[in-house]
Amino acid sequence: MVSRSPAWKIAADLPDPELPVVTIADLGILRDVTEDDQGRVHVQITPTYSGCPAMEAISEDVVEALLSAGYQRVDVEFVLAPAWTTDWMTEEAKAKLAAYGVAPPGPRGDGPVAVPLSVRCPQCGSLDTRESSRFGSTACKSLWVCRSCREPFDHFKAL
Amino acid sequence: MITPPDSSPPPLRSSGEQSVGDPDRPVAGLVVDYVLGLADDALVSAQRMGWWISRAPQLEEDVALANIGLDQLGQARALLSYAGRLEGAGRTEDDLAYLRDEREFRNVWLVERAQTDFGVAMARLLLVAAWQSELYAALASSSDETLAAVGAKAVKEVAYHLDHATSWVVRLGDGTDVSHERMQAALDAEWPYLDELFRPVEGSVVDPASLRAGVLDRVTPVVAEATLVVPEVTPARGGGRQGLHTEEMGYLLAEMQHLHRSHPGVSW
Repeated sequence: MVSRSPAWKIAADLPDPELPVVTIADLGILRDVTEDDQGRVHVQITPTYSGCPAMEAISEDVVEALLSAGYQRVDVEFVLAPAWTTDWMTEEAKAKLAAYGVAPPGPRGDGPVAVPLSVRCPQCGSLDTRESSRFGSTACKSLWVCRSCREPFDHFKAL
Repeated sequence: MITPPDSSPPPLRSSGEQSVGDPDRPVAGLVVDYVLGLADDALVSAQRMGWWISRAPQLEEDVALANIGLDQLGQARALLSYAGRLEGAGRTEDDLAYLRDEREFRNVWLVERAQTDFGVAMARLLLVAAWQSELYAALASSSDETLAAVGAKAVKEVAYHLDHATSWVVRLGDGTDVSHERMQAALDAEWPYLDELFRPVEGSVVDPASLRAGVLDRVTPVVAEATLVVPEVTPARGGGRQGLHTEEMGYLLAEMQHLHRSHPGVSW
């Protein structure tokens, strides 16, 4: 990746409000940050899902972080294209999610809906798991249960 | 159910949008109406889906239907914002969602009627998600950049909705005698409203009629797998795209809009 501006680095370090172990850059939500010599910053973020309720919190966090770092003006733009995909999530982010207890997404595949054959339990590492619901605590997750350790867990769906 | 008589007057417009209602309005006004129709379909679907939260047959289903409704709401917000920009009168997504009256809504009848039977909710979601899958895919390759962006994003979301509805329709249709009978009754109840989705709309970016074959290709194998039969029914009259709605629409709007109208400018 090309070297990033100081403003990018400030925005990139912000945690996701719903999955605070990963940053908005890790998730691929932060798309672009440009700054001019007047201290004005333009930030582009993209939602994971159209209805993601975290977007406004993320936008407020970005504005607050950049203003308190001394920038004069911050504009946040929501962009929809290109559409966000879990393939943009960094390997580091996937590892952090697993350590947090959320099974990370697999590759997207060719079908209309990615149906993983199995998802590794983030608690005990077993592959003997089953999906209990295609929709979980947020739009981006599905709900799984481990047959080995009996723990329920979230899985970040491929999108 | 009380439906508007055939002799109903043309839709009323609020004074703030006479440019859209003028018979000699510019083409942009027609596109506004088209985008509003798609936005209202998603918004009203989301509102109906929200009714199921705490009422679904199991906790996981409460969560699933809430998430499906949230996706639809997100799609509606993007489309309403775009309609507001196209109109150029300064109306925001909130103005359009909360301050329009019934006759100014452009959604089809399929999405607006109450769905207090779970079979009906799943039959309707099957039809809506199959249609939106075709619609959003077509918009994604349209020349309208904003609609293409909304479509490309939404098509991935509604794939999950279609998958969810399919699994329930098959499970209930090919289930017990009682669930089979109720799932067929639900499909029979919703099917008359399918036709309105494919009728011509002025200003359309994607020709509604061009989506019919694709929608049926998605739905009929599911109906067959569920051991159900495709209903042979007379299409409902419809009229939502012209602002003519069923009786239940007014009650839906009363619930959806009352907070915003009772307390203008209120926020959390």
